[in-house]
Amino acid sequence: MAETMTLIPGRTTKQGVGLLESKFKKQYRDATTTVEINVEDMARLGLKDGCKVRLRSANGVTTVKCTGRKTEDLPTGVLFIAYGPPTSKLMGTDTGASGMPLSKHLEVELERVN
Amino acid sequence: MGAATEAKSEANIKTVENATCTFCGCLCDDMVLTVDMDAKKITKAKNACVLGKALFLSHEEEDRPFALIDGKPATLKEGVEEAAQILANARFPMFYGMSDTTCEAQRQNVALVDMVGGTIDSTTSVCHGPTGMALQGVGESTATLGEIKNRADLVIYWGGNPAESLPRHFARYAVTAKGMYTPNRKKDRTIVNVDVRRTKSVPVADIFIQVKIGADFELLWALRALVKGRHVDPNIEKRTGVSLETMKDLVERMKNCRYGVLFFGMGLSMTRGRHFNSAAILSLASDLNEYTHFIATPMRGHGNVTGADIVVSWQTGYPFGVNFSRGYPKFNPGEFTATDMFVRGDADAGLILASDPGSNFTQAAIDHMKKIPMIVLDPKLTHTAKLARVAFTTSHYGINTGGTAYRSDGVPIELRPCLDSKYPSDEEVIRAIYKRVEQLLKTRKKTKGTNNKRRKAA
Repeated sequence: MAETMTLIPGRTTKQGVGLLESKFKKQYRDATTTVEINVEDMARLGLKDGCKVRLRSANGVTTVKCTGRKTEDLPTGVLFIAYGPPTSKLMGTDTGASGMPLSKHLEVELERVN
Repeated sequence: MGAATEAKSEANIKTVENATCTFCGCLCDDMVLTVDMDAKKITKAKNACVLGKALFLSHEEEDRPFALIDGKPATLKEGVEEAAQILANARFPMFYGMSDTTCEAQRQNVALVDMVGGTIDSTTSVCHGPTGMALQGVGESTATLGEIKNRADLVIYWGGNPAESLPRHFARYAVTAKGMYTPNRKKDRTIVNVDVRRTKSVPVADIFIQVKIGADFELLWALRALVKGRHVDPNIEKRTGVSLETMKDLVERMKNCRYGVLFFGMGLSMTRGRHFNSAAILSLASDLNEYTHFIATPMRGHGNVTGADIVVSWQTGYPFGVNFSRGYPKFNPGEFTATDMFVRGDADAGLILASDPGSNFTQAAIDHMKKIPMIVLDPKLTHTAKLARVAFTTSHYGINTGGTAYRSDGVPIELRPCLDSKYPSDEEVIRAIYKRVEQLLKTRKKTKGTNNKRRKAA
């Protein structure tokens, strides 16, 4: 069953190092296709590190791997992922006359991919 | 910044001192690079952070064609001809990127867009563009990073994670750096971090304030009210996740510090509220100047994204999202910004200089880029280069190419390249395209004039 959560895309060191090597190699691909989930949410949803999950926003859908983060680091209901091609699929298109599409705090539905 | 010194040994090893790392907006200019000139490799990058080391040590000139046209290898001249034809025939081209190249290339790019009557935008529009809009409205109390290092005793990071995106920000400028009036480094400073999650930047902070997602504006506005001595309802905690007691404590620290700084990231500019969030934090700094010296400054990601703002501003009067269709510059974010022009399908051609929107723009924008002729200049193969009609391989700024870049606080820094490249610089390619487009447009004008005379004579 899908659950609605808030996705925060952002920068990470692994993503930065990966893009300097090549955006078409493993390090960058791994960094940008792994979503961090609160460990309590993971347990409730029966997810383990490395499980595939589908993220769906109002604008698109993507499939990524998941990894757990402690509650004090990442609140329940919140997801974090490094910027990259998967986040492009989820971002909004309306910039509200600013040039900036909403790129953080995206409402997404998360469901396990069996 | 001292003079660059070079020493050659028998093994053909060169040392370049005071080189500049161009990965992020810190533009650290204290790199000591050891270069194996025979292998054309940088073997050591002393003083570099993890990202700087990756930049220098993974640098390898790939053996790629000078240009690709529709994915097929082409000469530089053929690439320039194709690119010039695209731009000369375009009615509403978008020129985007510029955050990872020199100011000299950026300047030439503005000249090109001016000549063809196109639109120019930089990665600022999807970074701190909203901050650029906000500071036009409410002003900016600012300083150089050097001044902050020497004087700031209260440092607040808000909505940013420099530990991962600007790794030397703490050690070089604001937390553990030794300053003139902060000789005891971190002991002379109070560090506060405000964020919606506990990032890797939080451990350096003395105080961590976790704000609810989407409540930054409300928290900033409540702080402004408290600074001005107004009543704030304790129920504010329900909305922001931060207690009134915590807010009052922070306000007292801000009003009573000797020199305070608010560094803010894209946790403010990329979220709901955008330029209102940025305006709120800039205004908070202004308010605090009634009590002490306080500044607010954005943390910028790409090496020369600040240079793009500065060059476009000095050339056109506006920092980003500038259109030349009417022969003079017009600024209108939302209309002349890249995401909007691609999503709406307005742009009929694109030139992407030193950026990769194909990997980080919203999908609808990428889908449109696939439909129109795109020109890309980049040292590496990128997602955008893969969808381009013409993709040029250019040399790497800072490593192969000299020039100027602006640090995130607006301080210009001269780059010190350490290796030659067989590939041309971005500036050289843009100049070549400019020259050819100029010829094509002159010929077209002449032909149009002759045709008009013939029509009148007939």
